[in-house]
Amino acid sequence: MNKIWIITKRELRSFFDSLMAYVMIVLFLGFSGFFTWLFGNDIFLVNQASLQSFFGISFWTLFFFIPAVTMGLLADERKSGTLELLVTKPVSDWQIIAGKFFAAFFLICITLALTLPYYITVASIGKVDHGAVWMGYFGLLFMSASYISIGLFASSITSNQIVAFLIALFIGIFFHLIFGLAGSSGGWVAGILGYLSLSNHYESMARGVVDSKDILYFLSIIFTGLIGTELALSRRNISN
Amino acid sequence: MVPFYLVTLLPCHHVTLSPCYLVTLLPCYPVTLFQSRPQYLVPLRISVKLLLNMFHEKKLHSIFALQFKKWLFMEVIVENITKTYGFQKAVDNISFKVNQGEIVGFLGPNGAGKTTTMKIITCYMRPNEGDVRIGGVSVLENPEEVKKHIGYLPEANPLYKEMPVIDYLHFVAEIQGVPSGKIRERILEMIKICGLKQERYKKINELSKGYQQRVGLAQALIHDPEVLILDEPTSGLDPNQIVEIRELIRRIGREKTVILCSHILAEVEATCDRILIISKGQLVADGTANTLRKQAQDKEIVKVTIEDGERNEIYRSLQALDAVELVDLLPANTQSYEVQSKPGISSRKAIFRLCADKGWTLTEMTPIERKLEEVFRELTITN
Repeated sequence: MNKIWIITKRELRSFFDSLMAYVMIVLFLGFSGFFTWLFGNDIFLVNQASLQSFFGISFWTLFFFIPAVTMGLLADERKSGTLELLVTKPVSDWQIIAGKFFAAFFLICITLALTLPYYITVASIGKVDHGAVWMGYFGLLFMSASYISIGLFASSITSNQIVAFLIALFIGIFFHLIFGLAGSSGGWVAGILGYLSLSNHYESMARGVVDSKDILYFLSIIFTGLIGTELALSRRNISN
Repeated sequence: MVPFYLVTLLPCHHVTLSPCYLVTLLPCYPVTLFQSRPQYLVPLRISVKLLLNMFHEKKLHSIFALQFKKWLFMEVIVENITKTYGFQKAVDNISFKVNQGEIVGFLGPNGAGKTTTMKIITCYMRPNEGDVRIGGVSVLENPEEVKKHIGYLPEANPLYKEMPVIDYLHFVAEIQGVPSGKIRERILEMIKICGLKQERYKKINELSKGYQQRVGLAQALIHDPEVLILDEPTSGLDPNQIVEIRELIRRIGREKTVILCSHILAEVEATCDRILIISKGQLVADGTANTLRKQAQDKEIVKVTIEDGERNEIYRSLQALDAVELVDLLPANTQSYEVQSKPGISSRKAIFRLCADKGWTLTEMTPIERKLEEVFRELTITN
């Protein structure tokens, strides 16, 4: 656990040292703030004291921003050779992966924590369904964790950051959009695809419904991504 | 029984019982106790036996072995490792052993499998076959434990370039498990040893290549490892730094096990106690620089300068000697010849007698030592 935290700490520091974190936070707050308060289907238009519009827009901004955060995590280490350095330190592959996962996750947590003033503002304007807001935040966190693990996997199979970014988006778009669209038609295949759609599970969470099915879904995506990353990392041990 | 009681009792009559005096006597008491009551020894024996039994069980062995063996047998044993990339065998059935306190040079042309071997020893990748044991612990069974005792400087010296030197060393110390109270002290020591005092707050990518190499060395040494594996440690350094780093390696090598990977022969010869030469994934030579030279040179070659004689006659007479296989005229100096003897025989006596008989003046006779470069070329160029 201690080793994981050491790696997380270093990763987080490098996020903030390389301005990556600041750019990410500013852009995210800018986008979500603009669409939540000023433009389009914003809170004043809806005229309800709820953060539904914020959750709707962050669902998309995070989808694009998370691959940008995760793309460098392993691809860059592989390219510069520091992966060899890290792997030959007394840590296991799992500790490295977990360390990097938590680093990206904490960065998202910090970003989302900075949107809490939205919540406070809305709560002071009218009567807010507190449960729904908190569940919305939890939904965002679960969704972020899923995309981080997909991004980490994409980052582990290549040494090029751009390729990692695109692969993460490519895998992500299936869960984000395509499975949902395919699931809306009839038939048992559509049923399966519909279940695989991340947006369906996110929406039911953002509505304030806690279902163990949704949590299980997110956890299984996270673990599948992390296991894929571990396999990609341990590829070096296998011949051929 | 009696003498021990005497030892403990006798001094009381003569000397005042100072605490200091008591301390010197303390070791006698257990002996006297067991002398008087041998039955007390039984539980002691059983517990020792149990402890030994536990020790032989694998788990405890790997945990304790390194703690106890740390000071004694921190040797690296490579057993028949093979590693294939695709159809190509990068390392083909290599075995060797490096003892504690020994600096071993690992030589080979590019692509011979040096770096792959180093990567296997440092647990970066697993071998397809075979095993590496460091202090008795296998890299296959317990890589985490092995890694704690290795300091590794990889080939291209990868570093987290965006970090300041001091932060980077702090990170490495933490991840290597240096106790948090000791980290500061170790970092300061490394900065002193590696000469990084001026540069310690700079970011690593602002440093010159030589200083980056020093940072790489500092991170390899920060946890005071028993086994040090250096892949081309002096690349990119200026001549002064090379001398310093070599000196540092020699100093460290006195109590540690060092494997130095290089293709600079002079460096290996200057620093290492023993040389391993690897070619096409196979170990082709193992020994000190001198034994390698001798091994490769079973035919004696002497350079001879003979004056006062007719050149052709000298040449023919030398060639006619029993022990001589081949005579070469050296073009630069018309009076010098290079005489190669038949395997296992020395021709020096015969040459001297020849000169004495014919009345020539022998002004020079020097055995020509083969350079390590030639030995290296001979061993690694095949077909």
